[in-house]
This record gives sequence, C-alpha cells and structure tokens, in this order.
Amino acid sequence: MNPENYLILAALLFSIGSIGVLVRRNALVAFMCVELMLNACNLALVAGSQITGGLNGQVASFFVMVVAAAEVVVGLAIIVSIYKTRRSTSVDDANLLKL
Amino acid sequence: MTFPWLTFLGLLPIIGGLLLFLPMGKGAARTLGLVFSVATLAVGVAVAVMRGSGVDLSVTVPWIRAFGAWWALGVDGMGLAMILLTVVLTPLVLLAEWEPPAGRWSAQTFFALVLILEGLALFVFTSTDVLLFYLFFEATLIPTYFLIVGFGGERRGYAALKFLLFSLAGGLIMLASVVGLFAVSASQGMPSYLIGDLASLRIDGDLGRWLMLGFLIAFIIKAPMVPLHTWLPDTAAASTPGTATLLVGILDKIGTFGMIRFCLGLFPEASVWVAPFMMVFAVISILWGALAAIGSTNMMRLVAYTSVSHFGFMVLGIYAFTTTSQTGSIFYMLNHGFSTAALFLVVGFLAKRRGSYDINAYGGVQKVAPVTAGVMLLAGLSALSLPGMATFVSEFLVIAGTWARNPIVTAFALIGVVLAAVYVLAVLYQRTMTGPVTEQTQKAFEGRDLTGIEKAVMVPIIAMLLFFGFVPQPAVSMVETTAKATMEYVGVTDPAPVVKGAK
Amino acid sequence: MLLETLAAPVAATGMFTLAWTMIAVPAVMAGLLLLAGKLSDRWGHLAATAAVVWSFAIAVCLFAEQMMRPASERAVSAHLYTWLGVGHWTFEVGLLVDQLSILFALLITGVGSLIHIYSIGYMAHDARRRRFFAYLNLFIAAMLILVLADNYLVLFVGWEGVGLASYLLISFWQHKPSAAAAGTKAFVMNRVGDLGLLMAISTMLAMFGSSSFEAVNAGAAHVPPLWATLIGFFLLLAACGKSAQVPLQAWLLDAMEGPTPVSALIHAATMVTAGVYLVVRSHAIFEMAPIAQAAVVIVGTVTLLAGAWIGTSQDDIKKVLAGSTMSQIGYMMLAAGIGPAGYAFAIFHLLTHGFFKANMFLGAGSIMHGMNDDVNMRHFGGLASAMRVTFLTFSMGYLAIIGFPFFAGYFSKDHIIEAAFANNVVIGLCALLGAGITAFYMTRLMLMTFFGEKRWRQGVHPHESPKAMTVPLIILAVFSVGAGLLMNWWIQTWLEPAVGNHAHDISLIPTPVGWATLLVVAAGVAASWMVFGRGSIPDVAPATKNPVTIAGRNVLFGDQVNGFLFTHPTVATAKAIDTADVSLIDRSFDGAGRAFQGLSTQLRRLQTGYTRNYALTMLLGVLVVGAVLILSQLG
Repeated sequence: MNPENYLILAALLFSIGSIGVLVRRNALVAFMCVELMLNACNLALVAGSQITGGLNGQVASFFVMVVAAAEVVVGLAIIVSIYKTRRSTSVDDANLLKL
Repeated sequence: MTFPWLTFLGLLPIIGGLLLFLPMGKGAARTLGLVFSVATLAVGVAVAVMRGSGVDLSVTVPWIRAFGAWWALGVDGMGLAMILLTVVLTPLVLLAEWEPPAGRWSAQTFFALVLILEGLALFVFTSTDVLLFYLFFEATLIPTYFLIVGFGGERRGYAALKFLLFSLAGGLIMLASVVGLFAVSASQGMPSYLIGDLASLRIDGDLGRWLMLGFLIAFIIKAPMVPLHTWLPDTAAASTPGTATLLVGILDKIGTFGMIRFCLGLFPEASVWVAPFMMVFAVISILWGALAAIGSTNMMRLVAYTSVSHFGFMVLGIYAFTTTSQTGSIFYMLNHGFSTAALFLVVGFLAKRRGSYDINAYGGVQKVAPVTAGVMLLAGLSALSLPGMATFVSEFLVIAGTWARNPIVTAFALIGVVLAAVYVLAVLYQRTMTGPVTEQTQKAFEGRDLTGIEKAVMVPIIAMLLFFGFVPQPAVSMVETTAKATMEYVGVTDPAPVVKGAK
Repeated sequence: MLLETLAAPVAATGMFTLAWTMIAVPAVMAGLLLLAGKLSDRWGHLAATAAVVWSFAIAVCLFAEQMMRPASERAVSAHLYTWLGVGHWTFEVGLLVDQLSILFALLITGVGSLIHIYSIGYMAHDARRRRFFAYLNLFIAAMLILVLADNYLVLFVGWEGVGLASYLLISFWQHKPSAAAAGTKAFVMNRVGDLGLLMAISTMLAMFGSSSFEAVNAGAAHVPPLWATLIGFFLLLAACGKSAQVPLQAWLLDAMEGPTPVSALIHAATMVTAGVYLVVRSHAIFEMAPIAQAAVVIVGTVTLLAGAWIGTSQDDIKKVLAGSTMSQIGYMMLAAGIGPAGYAFAIFHLLTHGFFKANMFLGAGSIMHGMNDDVNMRHFGGLASAMRVTFLTFSMGYLAIIGFPFFAGYFSKDHIIEAAFANNVVIGLCALLGAGITAFYMTRLMLMTFFGEKRWRQGVHPHESPKAMTVPLIILAVFSVGAGLLMNWWIQTWLEPAVGNHAHDISLIPTPVGWATLLVVAAGVAASWMVFGRGSIPDVAPATKNPVTIAGRNVLFGDQVNGFLFTHPTVATAKAIDTADVSLIDRSFDGAGRAFQGLSTQLRRLQTGYTRNYALTMLLGVLVVGAVLILSQLG
C-alpha cells in the first residue's frame, strides 16, 4: 500500500482534531481533540519513518507519546479543578485571562 | 599593579549605600552615611592630588571580549572637575537633608540611595568605555527614581515617571548609536568600545552624523534644552531640595559632559556640522528658561528653569568651538553645580520653615531672618553671575569666546543676562525677602534663622564660589586641558585677533 | 597724532605699591562687618569710617607723589596678579594710577570720607547702621576698582560691584516695598547698560586679544570703522545705564528711596558719573568712531534738557536734585562726546559737581533730619532761619550749580557751553537753555525750602543737625565755592597726558558766550522768583493741563515707556511661556503617552480570554508560517 495514504489519513485526523478544538466548548472534548492531533502527528511520523526507511520518526513518536501522557496528567488536573470551582467544563466560562 | 583608585572611588559610596540597607538605628545610619560620603570626598581629593602630580590613574581591564567592552576608567580635566563637584556636593546634600520629609521613606533609605547614586555618577564621569558609560548612565536613573518617588512632594509619582520616561527615551536612542558604534568598530577588525580606539576611527559623513545624533538627543534631554526640558521643572518641584540638587547639579551635567566627551570626542565632523543649529537651540534655551523662571511662582520650578537657561550657556560655549568658550563651559558646569545647589538648598530651608514653595507665601523674611536672606542673596547673585562669583568667570568666558565666533548669536544670548537679574532679584528675592513682614512670615521665621548645620552646608558652597571668583586660575587650568584637547581633535582653531600686531 | 602723547605707565614703586590697600581695606572691612554681625554693632560705623579715611590718605599721598614727578612718569601701573589665562587671552588684575584715575580716587575717598562721617550722625538711630556702613564700604571698594583698573574686565568687576552696592543701599530700608522695588529697578536697568560693556569687552578681545587700556589705546587706530563705531555704541549703552542717561534714565529718581547719604555719594557724586569716566577713558576708540561720538553728544544734550525738565516740576526735594544730577551728567557726557576739546572739561565739571551736588544732597538730608523725614518741599518754607548752617552751605551749592561767577560751577559749566557752541550751534543753544532751566528750578527749590511762609506740618520742629553732619557740609561748601578757582588753570594741563585733550587759554573775562550764559541764568532766576517768590505756595501741587508740567511731574513718562516697551512684554511673554510649557509642550508629550495608552487599549481587546480564540489565532499563525514556507519553496 502506498505509504502516502497514511499521511493523508494523518492530515485528516489532524484537521478534525484542530476543528474540534476550535468549535467544541466542552473542555473534555477539546482535550480529546488535542489528543487526536497528537496522535495524527504520531501517525505522520511513523509513516515518514516507513517512507525514509530510518528510525528517527519512530523514536520521535515515542517522545510525543510521553509528552501526551504528561499533558493528560496536567490538563486533566486543570480541568477537574476548574470543574470543582465553576461547576462547568465549558472553556468559555474560564476566561479569566481577559483584562 | 597599582591600586585601582578610580574603581575604589566609585565603589566606596556604593558599598556604603548597600551597607545602609542593613537594619540599624536612624542615628547610626546617618552617621555611617556621612562617614562614607566624607571618605569618598577624601578619596576624590586624593585622586585630584595624584593626578596633579602626574600619576596615571587609568584602568583598562577586559570585560566582554566579544563586544570589545572594557572596564576602563580614566580621568581628564573635565572629569576631575565633575568628580570634585560630586564628592563635595554629596556630603553637603546629606547634611542638608539630615531630617528628610516626614511621612515618607526613612532617612536611612535616603542616605543609602544618595550614596549609591554618588558612586554611579562617579563611574559615569570616569568611564572611558562607551558601553560602560552607557551602563552607568542608565543605572543612575534607578536610585534617582526612588529618591523622587520615595521622598518627593505631592505629584512625586507623576514626576518620577516623567523623569524616567524622558531619560529612558533618550537612553534608548543612545543605545542605538552605541550598537552602531560596535558595528563600525567591528567592521574595522577588532571591535572595541574604548573611547581612544573609537576616536581614532574618525567616523565622518552621514554615518557619523546619525550616530552622533543618537548621542546628542540623549544628552539634550539630560542637559535639558528647550523643547525637551519640561521634565526638569516638574521633577524638581516634586522632589526634595537635596534630590533636586543632585539631579540638576550633578546628573544633568552628564548631558553637557557627554556632548564634549562623546559627540565632539567621537564625531568631530558631525559636531561641526551640527554646531550652528546647536547654538541657536542654546540661545532659545537661554531665553526660554529665563522667561519661564520669571513667570514661575513655585520656587523649585523657578530654580529649575534658571538651570535650563544656564545649560543653554554651557551648550552655547561648547558649540562655539573656541578654547575660551569651551573652557568657560566646563568651568560653568562646575560652578553651576555649586550655584544651583546653593539656591535649591536655601529654598529648601525656607520651605522647611514655611511649608510652601509658593513665592507669594513669603514676604519680609529679611527683617526676621537676616542670615537666611543674606545667604539667599549670595546664592542669587551667583546665579546671575555677578563679578566676584565664580559663575561670572565662566559666563564671561563663554560669552567672550562665543562672541569672537558669532557676535549676533551672542548678543541674543546676552539678553539672558538681563533676564537673570530680573528672575533673581525682582522675582525670587524681592517677593520673598523684602516688603513688610507678613503674619505667616513672622510665625514661621521668628527666632528660626539658619541653624548651625544649615550654615555648615551653605558656607563651603559660597566660599567655593567666591574663591573661584577671585582665583579661578587653578580650576580653569585644570579644565582647559580638556577644551584644548577637544579643539585639537576636532581640528578647529581659535579666531585670531582682527587687529594684527596687537598684543 | 594723539596716541603718541599717551606715555606708557611706569611700574609702581614706593607709595604706589600700597595702592591696592585703598581697595582692600574697605572691602575687607565690609566683609568683616557683615560677618561679625551684632558683635560689631557698637564700633562698626567708626571702623568703616576709618577704612575710608585710610583710602583717602593713601590717595592723597599718591597724588602728592604724582605732583612731584615729571609729567611723563605720573602714570603708574601696579600689577597685582594674573586673574586667569585661557586660550590666547590673559586677564591680569592690575591698577593704573594715572592723572585721571587719581582725581577720581580723591573724589571718591574724599567725598566718601565726609559722607561716612555725616552718616554717623544721620543713621545714628537706625537699628541696622552697621550694615549700612558695611555696604558703604563695599561701594567705596567697588568704585575704586572701577576707576583704578588698568583693563576693561577689572573695570567691569567694579562696574557691577557698584551696581550691587547701589542695589543694596537703595533698598536698604527693604521693608518698604517701594524701596525694594527701586533697588531692583536700578539693578536691572544697570544690567542693561552692563550688557553694553560686556559686548564692548568681548569685541575688544576679538579685535585686540586683550582688554587692557594700553592694548586698546594702541590698537584703536587699526580697528575696522564698523567695529570701532559698534564698540563706541556699546560703551555708550554702558554709560547710559550707569549714568542714568536717556533712554536708561528712569531708575535714578526712584533711587532716591535710599538713605540720603547714599543719594549724595552714589547717585550724585561718584557712581553715576562712572559713565563719563568710561567715555573719557575710552577716548581712543571714540576718536575713531565719529558717529558714536555724535551719539554721545546727542544723548548728553537730550539728557541735560530732560533732567532739567524733570527738575522743574517735582515737589520732592531729593527728586529735584536727582533730576538736576541727570542734567549735569548730561553736560559732562556732552563734553566728553565733543572730543579732545571737551575731555578735561567733562572731568572738571564732574569734580565740581561731585562737591556741590554732594553738598546739596547732604543739605537735603539735614533738612529731612529736621523735618521728620519729610521730603515734600510744599511742607517746607522759611527754613533759612531755623537751620542756619544748612541754609548757608546749601546756598553755596546753589550758587555753584547755577554758575554764579567765580563759584565752582561757573568755570566748569561755562567751558562746556563754549565747547558745545564751538562744536555745533544747536547743541550749544540747548546747553545754554539747560543752564537757564537749571537756574529756574534751583531757585524754585531754594524759594520753596528756605524762604516764604512756614508751611510746616504739625509737630515738626526744625532744628539744626548735629556736628557730625554740619562739619562735612561746611567742608563741601568750601569746595563748592573754591574748587573752580582752584582747578581752572591747572586741570587741562594735568589731564593732558592721560586723555590727550587740547589745552585752551582761559581768561577770567567772560567770552561772548560766557556773557550770554550769565544773562540766561539771570533770566532763569528772575523767572523763578516771579513764579514762586512772590505768591504763596499751594499745599498740594495745583492741577494743571499744561502738558509740559504733566510730563515733568511724571518723570517724562519714563516708567510708562519702559513698561510699554519692555516690562509688560517681558512679563506677558514669561506668562505665555510658562503656559506654553505646561499646556503646549507638556501636553504634547503627555499626549504622546496617551496615544500609546490608547493604542494598547485597542490591542488589549484581542485578549478575549476565550481559549478557542487563542487556538484560532495559533492556527492562523501556523497557516501563515506554513504558507510562507511553501511559497518560498515554490519561488
């Protein structure tokens, strides 16, 4: 199978993820979309590795996974604490950065 | 290696200032501060003596090799004059502010900040590396800002911010030129920020003019010239007399000092090119400052405006490009420091008693407090450059030297001499000291003439002004070396007497 | 050539090495008295008087020594120290005791001593007498610097020094706002004149590279005519300021706010004549500048008439005398402007005027002393019997000033009028007219003060002044009588080496001009008697529509003119500039600050706080970066 198809799939997944981040208000869903984008990247990295025949891409994808895991830990903690104070997981309710 | 006297000179007060941040009693803090300032005075005098006996005091240690920056200190005639001015005025200011205004930060902090400021100013006057100079030039803003904001009067916040913004704006423009100097120097091979190395490049043409303008604008703001002067009266009016003395008497001198050392000393061609404009600007400053002083009703603003006028004279002398006028200008820098200090401090003594800087709040003080009046009269006479005062010598040298170059511009500048008589005698002295004794004056001054400390502050200043009025030669010889070197470097000669064969 | 007659001064020997103490002793005494404070209250006046007498003694000795020397060795220069040297210029401090300056030194210290003695009596009850004497000593020192300097810069030091002393003494009673204002006015107007001197010195330095009399005299002949004329005008401006000549005359009448001895010493006998000294001293320059010379003559003529005019309509006895001083100095300026024919006469009149005017001013002080410090002549009358000595001495001064034959003013003024006629008939006629008006107003003063009915206020009991005051009066009266006879045949030859004047033959028998002068003076006296001698003097000045009188009472509207031309514009400009600083310059800087603030307020709107907005921005940014990268790859 043409490995470029994997790249197209990765692009599609990434687009879905980014649109999800932009349009969904629920923090959990937005968060899942971010995960989707990360995994789309992983897919692209692995596909790239397959195309070039090197291992670099595969190694990099492990780093991404580690980052994604760390991000989940921090991000979920934030979401939970926001939920605790605001009783809502809508990202539009948390606009404290505005002056 | 010999002892690094100049480094020591600048570090001593800074160390003293930092020590003063340690917790200690008010009395101990003041004594310690005074001790450090007097010690600095002693070191300053020692430096003058050593330089007089031909000891080479300059220090040149590599600092940031990639930039060609050096820890380079040195002292010439002009620098020595400024050093002496600084080390003499600081202890007097500390004495005059022995009791800083109540309800503000502590006296301990005041003494600490003044000492740190003194040290930084000394480094400014001794730096012979452009980057080092720039660093200390900007660093002086920090203690000054806190001196204004921590001890000033009503609008101190506004004034401090205004001072900071004006100075920073000038400093930023200068930074561009400093960076530009690096580029020029690096393109010649080894980058170096040493003034000596840069001067030998003789940066001419458009490049020189742009770089020079960057320095010049910063110095024009510092030695406030119309129309970039409005920060000075506001700042002076909102700070304590001691702070105003340091600010106008010492820090503003960096402006004229810098013009000679950096504008003329690095960009000779560009400086000659800009001279006609600067002379016109100087005359505008002289007249504008004098007239604004006449219109002032706040004594601190008035004194600040007289300084705008006097700085005009200094700049006029610098850009007239004669040995006489430049010597006069540098000597003027020294004298103006003392003269303006006398005025600010005596105004402070008045306000301490009466609680107001408003001229109209006074009247008839002479009758109740004759010593105060006498001191104010002497200070005023030095401001209007009466012969016998050192200020006369410097003003005369500027006028006579400039006249030989350009009589018409000088004639306009001379109007400032008459206006000086008006703002000192008709506005400042007559309205506060003469006339019938008002009730408030009676209450504020009865039996409260100058105290011992206050006399101890004023006597040295006035004695200095009188001494250099009658025996100016030592000081003039000291600063003339700088003027001569500058003239030679720029390549301008004095106008010869018109009548040939006359003596 | 005139310049060759100016012998170079010889170095100081003997007594001349002590010349500097003439200046130093009063100067140090002044400083001592001011610093010592109340400690010296009891003996301060005596010490100050002793200091001036010391100076006088030295001056007399020097004069005597000069008399014994041959004419070519009379000018002595005493170098003191180098003030400063810078560039190509060196400024020395040195004294020049020559035939001209010694006469001044004698006048200053002589009249000065008398006035010090007089002041002991006059100021006896003033709480600040010590300070008064300190200022007087300061004045003597500064005035001696002025006349003894051997270069223009040191002269300038004295020039401003006397201005300071004059300021301090005019506003001596500074609790009176009028006195304080008068002092300030005098100083500021003098400063305008000082500008002239500063410019003159600067020009001399540019021309000759030196400001010493020697260099200037030697080089004057080679100065380009334009510059010579300009120097002449600068010096004239200086002289106008110091000598209260039109157009800088307005301060002198106000200066009468000072204590009367001050008016006598500074504003009659010595300081105000410094302008004449300056012009005579700078004769070498003026001879190269005929236009400037003509200007001096015109200024002198205008002032002599203006001063006389003011004198006719003032009621304040001191102001009449002040107007008269202006007028007499006008005569001197006129003579000094005529050139070599007039220098000696200018100085001659200056000396005689110094005696008789000091005499009359001190007489006026004596009258005020007896009249509880009243100065309004309409409150006087019939004082001749009440104050015998004052009356007699004043009369001597009166006769001298109107030019009664063989009194001092007769000789000195007559010469000037004759020289004026020789120069220009119109100027001569003006000078002649001035003599007539002088006789008119002085007779008016005499009649209103000493004769007629007694118009004294209640509680005023005129009495003769104490000995300390009358003795100086008597001495000055003697000089008012005899000074003319004493110097008439001598002064021209004496001054010739110093000022290069042309000596004339002088006989006792009046020339036609002399006869005419006598006639005009007699007419003036008679006219005055017709107006003021026969009827009674109204208690207040009668209302009048006569423009001449109105102008005279208002001092020729000098204040109004100055106010209109200078004071008001200056004050208005000052206010405008202060406003401009705050509302224009400051506001534009504040405006710039506010503009940035506004800009940042706008930019701040981008910070919505919505995460999704930020994400969108990031995405757009990524797209832009990506697009740029791709496009650059394509290109």
